Amino acid sequence: MSDATTHAPADRARASELGPVARFLKATELDTRMLGMVGALILIWGVFHVLSGGLFLTPRNLWNLSVQSSSIAVMATGMVLVIVTRNIDLSVGSILGFVGMIMGVTQAEIMPAIIGFGHPAMWLIAAFVGLVVGVSIGALHGFIIAYLGVPAFIVTLGGLLVWRGAAWWVTSGRTVAPMDATFRLMGGGPDGAIGSTWSWVVGIVACVAVIVMLMNARAQRKRFNFPQRPLWAEGFLGTLVCAIILGAVAVANSYAWPIGIVRRYYEALGQEVPENAFIAHGIAIPVLIALAVGIAMTFVATRTRFGRYVFAIGGNPEAATLAGINTRWVTMKIFMLMGGLAAIGAMISTARLNAATNAQGTLDELLVIAAAVIGGTSLSGGVGTIAGAMLGAVLMQSLASGMILLGVDTPLQNIVVGLALVVAVWLDTVYRRRIG
Amino acid sequence: MTHAAPLVEMRNISISFGGIHAVDDASIDLHEGEVVALLGHNGAGKSTLIKILSGAYKRDAGEIFVNGEEATINNPRDAKKYGIETIYQTLALADNVDAAANLFLGRELRTAWGTLDDVAMESETRKVMGRLNPRFQRFKEPVVKLSGGQRQSVAIARAIHFNARILIMDEPTAALGPQETAQVGELVKQLKDDGIGIFLISHDIHDVFDLADRVCVMKNGQVVGTARTEDVTKDEVLGMIILGKCPPGAIPGPGAMRDAA
Repeated sequence: MSDATTHAPADRARASELGPVARFLKATELDTRMLGMVGALILIWGVFHVLSGGLFLTPRNLWNLSVQSSSIAVMATGMVLVIVTRNIDLSVGSILGFVGMIMGVTQAEIMPAIIGFGHPAMWLIAAFVGLVVGVSIGALHGFIIAYLGVPAFIVTLGGLLVWRGAAWWVTSGRTVAPMDATFRLMGGGPDGAIGSTWSWVVGIVACVAVIVMLMNARAQRKRFNFPQRPLWAEGFLGTLVCAIILGAVAVANSYAWPIGIVRRYYEALGQEVPENAFIAHGIAIPVLIALAVGIAMTFVATRTRFGRYVFAIGGNPEAATLAGINTRWVTMKIFMLMGGLAAIGAMISTARLNAATNAQGTLDELLVIAAAVIGGTSLSGGVGTIAGAMLGAVLMQSLASGMILLGVDTPLQNIVVGLALVVAVWLDTVYRRRIG
Repeated sequence: MTHAAPLVEMRNISISFGGIHAVDDASIDLHEGEVVALLGHNGAGKSTLIKILSGAYKRDAGEIFVNGEEATINNPRDAKKYGIETIYQTLALADNVDAAANLFLGRELRTAWGTLDDVAMESETRKVMGRLNPRFQRFKEPVVKLSGGQRQSVAIARAIHFNARILIMDEPTAALGPQETAQVGELVKQLKDDGIGIFLISHDIHDVFDLADRVCVMKNGQVVGTARTEDVTKDEVLGMIILGKCPPGAIPGPGAMRDAA
C-alpha cells in the first residue's frame, strides 16, 4: 500500500526541501490558520488605532473590549461543538434572555422575600437556578433534535421565538433591577476585576501551567519514542505564550480606576486620597470566567471521550454509529452544554447591565455563530476549535467597538460586520482548498 | 471441519424496509478458521444480512447464535461484545480525525484521570499499523488525506486489533489495486490460521473463490444455496448468482430455483 499521493503535504516533506518559514512552522507545529486569524486581529487593531488617532490600543479600550467579548466568547465555545456535529443553535440569544430574566427575578424578587435582601448566598442561588434552567432548555432542544428527529435548525428557530416570548412573559415585559451586589461582580466594572496583585498571580500561575504542559507533552512523547519538536521550538513557544499572558496582565493592570471611584474607595477607608492615586482594574471577572470556560471546553473537546465523539460524529455520523457511539445521547449532551453556556453568558450580561430585560441577547445567536465560523468552525461539520471561536468573538467585538470609537453609524456598522463575516469565510474556504 | 457448534449461526433471518423483503428467511453459519464467501448481485441482500450480524440493522425475525448460544445483538456495541468486527464497504472512518482516533473509536484508551490517552493510543496504532502497512507514517493526519489503501489498512487494523473472533469484510477489495488486493488475500489467510471466522462479501466471484472454504449465494433477499468450494465450479456458482440455479454439489436454500424435473 503505497504512500504516494499527488501532493505531498508539508508535514511529510523533508526539512531540507522547505523554506525558512515553512521549516519554522513545521518545527513549532503552529497552526497556520490560527496565525492567520491573529494576523487579521492585529491588522484590524492597527487600522483602528491609526484611524482613531491612537484611541484603540489603549488599556482602557482593550480592557473594555475584553469584557464586551466575554459573553459571546463563552457561548461561541459551545456553538463550536454544535456546528461540528452539523447542527445549529439559533436559540442561544433567546435562552440568554429568558435565563437572565429568571435569574433577575430570582435574586431581585423571589429570594429576597425568603432569605432577605443582600443575603451572601443570593448570587449562588441565582446562578444555580440559571444554570439549571439553561441546561434544562438545552436538554429539551437536544431531546427533540436527537430522539424525535426534528432538524436542529427548526427546533432552535422555534426556541428563538419561544424563549424570547417566555422572557417577556416572566415579568410581562418589565425590566428587573437591581442585581445582587456579588452577582454584579460577574459583569466587570471597577469592582468586578481582581486588581493588580491577583492579576499578576493569575498571569504567573498561567505561565507556569503552560511550561508544565509543554514539558509534560514532551516527556510523554519521549516515553513512546515519538518524533519531538526541536528544543528551540519548545522554548520559543513557551516564551511567546508567557509573553502574551504577561503582556495582557500588564495591559489590564495599567487601566486605572476612574478618579471618582478612587476617591470613594479612600473615603470608605476613612483615609485621605493620596496624590497621584492609582488603583488598577486588573483582569475583569467576566474575562476570567470566559477564559476558564475556554480552557474547560478545550479540555472537553480534545481530552475527553465526549469531545472525541463530537468530532467523530461531525466527520462521519454513520461511522460513529457503526463504531458503537450513542450519537443521539451525545447530541443531546451537546445541546445541554450549549444551554448551560448560554446561562453563563446570561450571568455575565445581566450582571454587566445590572438588570434583566426581555430584549437581552437579541441577535446574540448570530454573533455567536459568526464568531464560531470566523474562528474556523466548518458548517459542513467535523472541524473547529474552541480557541478559534473565542478569537472570532474578540475579532467581531473589535470590529464593533472600533467602529463605535470612530463614530460610524449603526447601519454602516452592521454592513461592515456582515461583509467581514462573508469575507472571512471566503478566505477560509480559499485557505482550505489550497492548504487544508 | 470441526463438528462443534458453529462460531456464528444466523437462522431464518428476515428484515424488510417499507414492504420490501431485503432479507427473507436467510440462514447461514460460520465455523472457526473458516472463510465463507457471501455472494450475489448488488441488492441481493448480502450487505443487509451481514449488517444485522454487525448490529447496524435490527432484524424483524430470526435468531443469531454465537458458539451455540443465542446472542442478543441490537446495536454495534452488542456485536463487538461477541467479538464480531466489521470492515464496511465504505470503511466507515471518521474522515476528520487521525488513524489512532479511528482505530479506537468507541473504545478509547483512557488515563487514570478518565481523559483520553492519546499517546498510548498512538503507540498501539503504530504497532498494529507497523504489522499491516509498515511504510505507513502519517499518524498525525486526518484519514481523509490518506490514500485508498492506507484508509483500508486503518479500517482493517480497527477490526483486528480488538481480538476479533468473527470478521466481516464487505467488498474488502472493491477500492483497491491488484497489489493491495493480494495483500488483503494474504491477510485473510493469516487471520484464518489464527482461527478467526471470516465472512467475505462480494459481488465478484473471482475475488473470493480461491480464498473461501464455502460459498453462500443470495438472490432477491433469499439464500439460493451453500456449497463447499471444492464441490462446485466457478461456473456453477455463477449460475447460482445469475439464475438462482442450485447445482448438485450445493445444499439448496429457500431461494433456489424450483426444478421442474
